Amino acid sequence: MSNVPADLRYTKSHEWLRTLPDGNVEVGITDHAQEALGDLVFVEVPEAGRTLKAGESCAVVESVKAASDVYAPIACTVIGGNPQLASEPEAINKDPYGSGWLMRIRPGSPAEVAALLSAAEYTSFLAAEGE
Amino acid sequence: MGRKTPLFALHQELGARVVDFGGWDMPVQYSSQIAEHHAVRGDSGVFDVSHMCVLDLTGARVRPFLRRLLANDVGKLTLPGKALYSCMLNEAGGVIDDLIVYYLSESFFRIVVNAGTRDKDMQWLRSQAREFERGASAIDVRERSDLAMLAVQGPQARTKVAQLLSHTGAGAALALETFCGSDIDRGAQAPWFIARTGYTGEDGFEVMLPSGEAQEVWRSLNRLGVLSCGLGARDTLRLEAGMNLYGNDMDETTHPFESGLTWTVAMQPGERDFIGRAALERIRAAGVGARQAGLVLEDRGILRSHQKVLVAGVGEGQITSGTYSPTLERSIALARVPAGSPARVQVDVRGKLLDARVVKPPFVRFGKSLLN
Repeated sequence: MSNVPADLRYTKSHEWLRTLPDGNVEVGITDHAQEALGDLVFVEVPEAGRTLKAGESCAVVESVKAASDVYAPIACTVIGGNPQLASEPEAINKDPYGSGWLMRIRPGSPAEVAALLSAAEYTSFLAAEGE
Repeated sequence: MGRKTPLFALHQELGARVVDFGGWDMPVQYSSQIAEHHAVRGDSGVFDVSHMCVLDLTGARVRPFLRRLLANDVGKLTLPGKALYSCMLNEAGGVIDDLIVYYLSESFFRIVVNAGTRDKDMQWLRSQAREFERGASAIDVRERSDLAMLAVQGPQARTKVAQLLSHTGAGAALALETFCGSDIDRGAQAPWFIARTGYTGEDGFEVMLPSGEAQEVWRSLNRLGVLSCGLGARDTLRLEAGMNLYGNDMDETTHPFESGLTWTVAMQPGERDFIGRAALERIRAAGVGARQAGLVLEDRGILRSHQKVLVAGVGEGQITSGTYSPTLERSIALARVPAGSPARVQVDVRGKLLDARVVKPPFVRFGKSLLN
């Protein structure tokens, strides 16, 4: 079973969100997603200042095998991408919920974050997907 | 549910991620695809290639039959055990499959074909054999589904395999020259057919052995430090080695001259009338419009098959295989491009034009980068 920290919010497309003390939100891909992708070798993160609609493709994570899009979990403005990933994409494999974060965003509405899946809901979703 | 090799249960026990490959349930990776890749470049790894199809051809006229069937010339094979890489073409010069043929005796040749093409290959081979015989002596085609095949690859691979053999067997195996194979005696047990061949750009063996022994041999290799490797690492290794993958880099709609396989077509002697020859002569006379090129991405990103290649002032081509090269730590690809030799091209990678350098494959050989 993959690691699903209790204090984060999740999407069905396997992104996680962490609300920071200043109200901004850190976004990454889940342990399940990195495990499914395999060794990551290239990551493209969105530019600071970009405004995103919910569900809009905003980043690319590529493993040796394939490229996968990452979608904006909610409407937001990008504060910045994780600069470390350009040289160390494997940080996502090693620490998907920590140093492997993808981007920081300013949510259009904090309520949208709270409306996403809880850890328990995401865990059941994975189970139903046949993890 | 796909077909399964004799090692399937072991792959599951070892925690492999299993995917469909040409109708077979095969391990794509066990731990980390990149770690498996580096193990083969630096030491040794073992791959289950039992999904590939071993066919034994016997009969008095097997050699003349294969000289008709294959684009490369088995007439070159004079030393028993010697192997040859060849395409099997249709009448239009398209590639039905690529294969390895071993000359074992004048009445016995063994060929190894791809997994995904086995059914059409068998059909083609049998119909061509019938036509060739025309009431004369029969050519018998026997599928060796009783055998498993392990590819043990890497600079330490041969000595690791030798440790599983008797003193005499080890001596015979280690004496095998490149691209040669032989039955290796195992006393009271059935012999193993060991060949110094592979698909990784490293030294190593491919071992054909009774299916029932495969799991135990795999475990023994693991105990000797040979890492279990999946098809993912096999793909990055072969691409670094500049080797084509059937279905990606060539198929029935493409001919060898535009697929980097000119070297495998024996146009001499001119009187050898192999299937596809007439079409290839026409293609050559008309001028070959495209060729294979190796690409090294200079920008960040990953080249993938089907991406468009732009050659300034000339035209467009397409990537046939692309990946991240763990050895070179950048992206590489094989592409089909318009004839001519530009030094640089651009590739449309997810909507962005990225610069790539044109090189002659292979990219990596015996663990070393061949890039300038």
